[in-house]
Parts: sequence; structure tokens; C-alpha cells
Amino acid sequence: MQVNGEQVTLEKPLSVSDYLAEHGYRAERVAVELNGAIVPRGKREEAMLDDRSVMEIVQFVQGG
Amino acid sequence: MIPNPVTEESVANTPLPPQPEVTNPVGTAAPVTPVVDKPLNLGGHEFESRFILGSGRYDLNLIKATVEHAGTQIVTMALRRAQTTENSVLDYIPEGITLLPNTSGARNAEEAVRIARLAREVCQTDFVKVEIEHETKYLLPDNAETIRATEMLAKEGFVVMPYMFPDPIAARQLEEAGAAAVMPLGSLIGSNMGLRMRDFIQIIIANANVPVIIDAGIGRPSQACEAMEMGADAVMAYTAVASAGNIPLMAKAFKDAIAAGRAAYLSGLGKVTEGHAVPSSPTTGYLH
Repeated sequence: MQVNGEQVTLEKPLSVSDYLAEHGYRAERVAVELNGAIVPRGKREEAMLDDRSVMEIVQFVQGG
Repeated sequence: MIPNPVTEESVANTPLPPQPEVTNPVGTAAPVTPVVDKPLNLGGHEFESRFILGSGRYDLNLIKATVEHAGTQIVTMALRRAQTTENSVLDYIPEGITLLPNTSGARNAEEAVRIARLAREVCQTDFVKVEIEHETKYLLPDNAETIRATEMLAKEGFVVMPYMFPDPIAARQLEEAGAAAVMPLGSLIGSNMGLRMRDFIQIIIANANVPVIIDAGIGRPSQACEAMEMGADAVMAYTAVASAGNIPLMAKAFKDAIAAGRAAYLSGLGKVTEGHAVPSSPTTGYLH
């Protein structure tokens, strides 16, 4: 699958929520877009990733 | 040959400034009428501070002190792909500050809408500064795409604050599209060149029904003060503060300059006369 523009191999089925936890993202600080649609915080556990998933994980940075 | 515009007649016809009304008894201070300012209203949300601050390019540990010295209630930030190792800017922003995400990186209205929705998902507030640019040399905002994005985002309930090139016609179109404020640039982003677009900003201010916030290019407190004297509703600064030797102190200098400019605007600036002086002492009773 693809995460933030990089190819990533999924070793087992994962939910968005699991992916964030396993990779050390702070769930409360990021927004997730899966295949072009935002996954709201409350839906991350049920949103499952597969080999064709395209996910963006974004957060705020300093800026004007 | 152009005749000298200053003649005895023109001088005689220039009215003297009004004499102050002295109604207080001798020995007491003249009463000062307090000027009560209205809060800055952005989409129904009220703010006492008229200084919007960018959040960065300096040590994250300085943000809190800078925000406090600036007295700001609104801080901007950008949205980017997350790095797991990165500190979150949100950890450094004091409680109670309104977050104003920008859509920097967007090249058209659709990309701006996408970024705005993601930003709302992170911060759970509806404020968004629309910023649509195509190149990095001048970073000029695309007004046409910005108007489109503003209309789309306003329909989704966002408090839309569009960064714009100071075209008075575009400012009106942004208002009609549902903008909660307009944010014309003073000069190129990050340039510290000041209010180069002042004449067009003045026209925007004269015709605006939403707050006008001068964004980009304001390089010194004196320029922020001038913008406020002109009737701008607020000023946003970022590079001028971030590139200062003492960042929190510069934030304080901007705060004070913005307050001074606002007070001057509310007071009503005196008339400008050109080509001749207006006597400030009596023109009778000379010793000759």
C-alpha cells in the first residue's frame, strides 16, 4: 500500500487505528485520509487497510 | 510654467484647525472621552487582539513567550505529511488560542478544500486561511481560485479568511463568496518590504463589509501601525517577528504598534494639507 507517497508492505490486515499506533503516530495530532476520503477519528478502528490502500497522514507544522 | 500653488489667498482660505473646547474648570484635567473599541469579529467569533501571529520558523520553545508578548489570540499553522519523530507544534501553543490553519501548498481551489477539511479534522475548529499559490519565487495568491475555494468552504461552514492580492474587485467577490474577512498582502510574503500596496488596500478598506486583515510583507512595527491607522481591522505578521534578534520582544513591539495605530484610527486622524503650512500659533498680536 502507499502511505504519504511511499510504498509500504502490509504484513497483516490492519485498521487505520492499529497502523497509527504501530508506527508511533500520535492519533490525537493527525488527520487521516484513506483513498481520498477523510477517516474521522471515531471511524479509525473500523477502517481497514489493504494492499491497494492509499493513505495520507498529516499534522500541523509551524507556518504562516 | 506651473504657477506656484501657494499664494497669500490660498493660505488665507485654509481654515485653521478647530480650537480645543476647554470646558473644565481651571486646575483640573480636561475630560478624556474613553474610546470603546469593538472586538474583531470573524464569522461570529470575537477577539480583543488585532494581531494574528504566524507560528514558526523559530525554536518551538519560543512560541509560548512570543504568543504571550504578542497578546495574540489567533495563531496560524500549516498542514504537512506527518513524520512520527516530529514534535507537534500544537504542544507548544498555549491553551485558549484559536488555531488558524492555512492551505499553503494548495495550487487550486480543490486542493485548498482538501487541506482545509484535513486541518479541521486535526484541530476541530472551522477557521481556515485560504492560501493558493502556483510558484515559489513570488508566492502570489491566485485570486480567482481563492474566490472559488472561499465559496466552497463557506458552504461547508468554514470561517474562511482568504489571503489575496489586493484587488478591490476580488475583495468584493470574496465577500460575496462568503469570506469572514479578507487578507490582502502588503507586499511579497516574507519580504519585510512593508505596505507597498497601500493605495489599493485603502480602497479595499473603504468598501469592505468584513474585516480587512493585512497579511504578508509587514516588516516593522511602524508599518503595522500605519496599516491600523489606515483603518485595517487587524495585522498578521510572521517573518518580521521570526527574523528578529529578540523574537518575544519584537512580538511586544508589534502588539504596541498595532494598539497605537488602532487608537489613532479611532481617534480620527487630522487632515493632511499639502503645499503650505497651517499656523499652530495665533497669527495676530505679533511684536512688529
